[in-house]
Order: sequence, then C-alpha cells, then structure tokens
Amino acid sequence: MAKVEFNEERCKGCGLCVPVCPKHIISLRRDRLNSKGFHPAGVEAMDQCIGCTFCAVICPDSVIEVYR
Amino acid sequence: MEKVFARTKGLTDKPFHYCPGCTHGIIHRLIAEVMCELDILDETIGVSSVGCTYNNYEYFACDMVQAAHGRAPAVATGIKRVHPDNMVFTYQGDGDLAAIGTAEIIHAAARGEKICTFFANNAVYGMTSGQMAPTTLLGQVTTTSPFGRDADLQGYPINVCEMLATLPGAVYLERVKVTDFKSIQQAKKAIRKAFRVQQQRLGFALVEILSTCPTNWGKSPAESLAWVDQVMVPQYPLGVFRGADLEVDA
Repeated sequence: MAKVEFNEERCKGCGLCVPVCPKHIISLRRDRLNSKGFHPAGVEAMDQCIGCTFCAVICPDSVIEVYR
Repeated sequence: MEKVFARTKGLTDKPFHYCPGCTHGIIHRLIAEVMCELDILDETIGVSSVGCTYNNYEYFACDMVQAAHGRAPAVATGIKRVHPDNMVFTYQGDGDLAAIGTAEIIHAAARGEKICTFFANNAVYGMTSGQMAPTTLLGQVTTTSPFGRDADLQGYPINVCEMLATLPGAVYLERVKVTDFKSIQQAKKAIRKAFRVQQQRLGFALVEILSTCPTNWGKSPAESLAWVDQVMVPQYPLGVFRGADLEVDA
C-alpha cells in the first residue's frame, strides 16, 4: 500500500510529475482550480500508487508527500 | 503507512515565486535537504544574488544575506573570513555569475576561498525577460539575439567549470543537471560533496547545475527538460572537472 498527497494550493500545474509516473496515474485535474488559477496535479486511481517518489523528486514546488 | 517523502525543513513554508516548471525549485530543495542531512542548517549562511533568485533568502531556513549584482562570492568571502566556523554558500545564476560577477567568481576561486557556490545555468537572462546571456548557446534565439546567437557578432558561450578548472584554488568543480530522478540524485551528491569540501577546509567548491527557463525559452516545462538533455549537455558536458578523487564523505 502506498499513497501520495498533493498540496494543491502550492501546485502550479507545470505537469512535470505526469510523465515520470511509472503507473501513469497522475494527471492535471481539469475539474479543479487552486487560488492561483492553476489546474493542480492529482491522482484518481490511488490504489495503483507504488510510492516510488519519482513525482515528488521532480516537483519544483515540493507539492507532493509520499507514504508507503 | 510511513511518510517517505516530505517537504524538507531546510525550506521555509513560503511558496516559491518561480514560474511553473522552473528547476530553481528543485535545486533549492536539494540544497535544503543536504543542509538538513549534514545537520548544518543552524550554522550555514547563504548569500543570495541578483536574478530570479534575488529573494531566495525568503525560502532557505538558514541565515541569508543579499549581495549586490555579481558580488555574492566577495560577500561570502568576507562572511567566511569573519566566521570561519560557519558554512557559507552562494546561489547564483548565469546572468549574475558569468556576466557582471565574472571577476568575483574567478578571484574567489583563485584565492581558494573556503566557500561553496551553487551556479544555476539556464543559458538566458531569466528575470529581465530572456535576453542573451554569456552562457547562451550558439544559434539560440533570445530577445536580444532574435536570429540566434552568432559567434561572429556575439562571441561564444562561457563554460564556467572548464574555465575555473585551470585554477589550483578551485578544488572541486562539477557540472550536473536536474532533468530526471537519477540526475537529481547525482546533483544532490554533488551539492553534498561541495559542503563536505568546505567542512574540511579544502578550498573553493562550485557545482554548476544546468537549469531550465520554460517561460523565456518559449517551451513547456517538459520540453525544457528535454532541451537541457539534447541541446545544452553537448555544449556543457556533465562531469567532475576538479576533485574527482577527493575523499570527503564521512
């Protein structure tokens, strides 16, 4: 079991976390907006997360916390 | 479940002002993580420079000083000589270090000052909106080289690590990038080694980090990382230019 948490208010929607996910479960949430006006990144199929930390390591804004 | 990755305590809670996808954020985090891992956060004094990183004293949780444009190595020299037991680093971009601050960085290295410099090279003046920098690649389009940098008219890019490698006072020089998981780990190792060189008072250490500027390059953040790998690395080869055989890790 693993999961990631996105601090959506910090996210700038740069999308660098999207292609590095080996499970391809990260996307920019077109249905959400933060107060800066960005579509934040997020995960819907959290049960597939393996906690590899690839997304957290590439994130320039330290948006992501990883648990496993 | 255990938390295996969290925002480092070496950074303050203030959100970065950098553009989306700018790798300054990654470099800041790596420096902050290394300061925490070496347990030197309380004894480190950083020197901010001028450029996009002008107010990074707001982001690092250590003590910080803001230097005049290009003068960070000179300010750091003074701090280190008055406080030899403190760790002192400068954080500079290519517009600061390789243009107006060329004299300061060369002489800090020549004197073998016991400081570390973290040099983010993105081949363009970022904060002032994308003019040509000394590090701009041949053929690269910027707002002041709209037809691409022409060697006949504008000269050649400066490879700072190679240039400083001629100076015996510069004991550790490495160029890294932060475009994927593996290279980010390598960059962190280089930053750690630079601090260890200073802890052992061996001399001047500089880590050049190839960085991105998606806004002024006119590329997406992901395209910018690919541009570093494909276009910048051939001009700025990665590797250790001085101090490959230094044994510094405890």
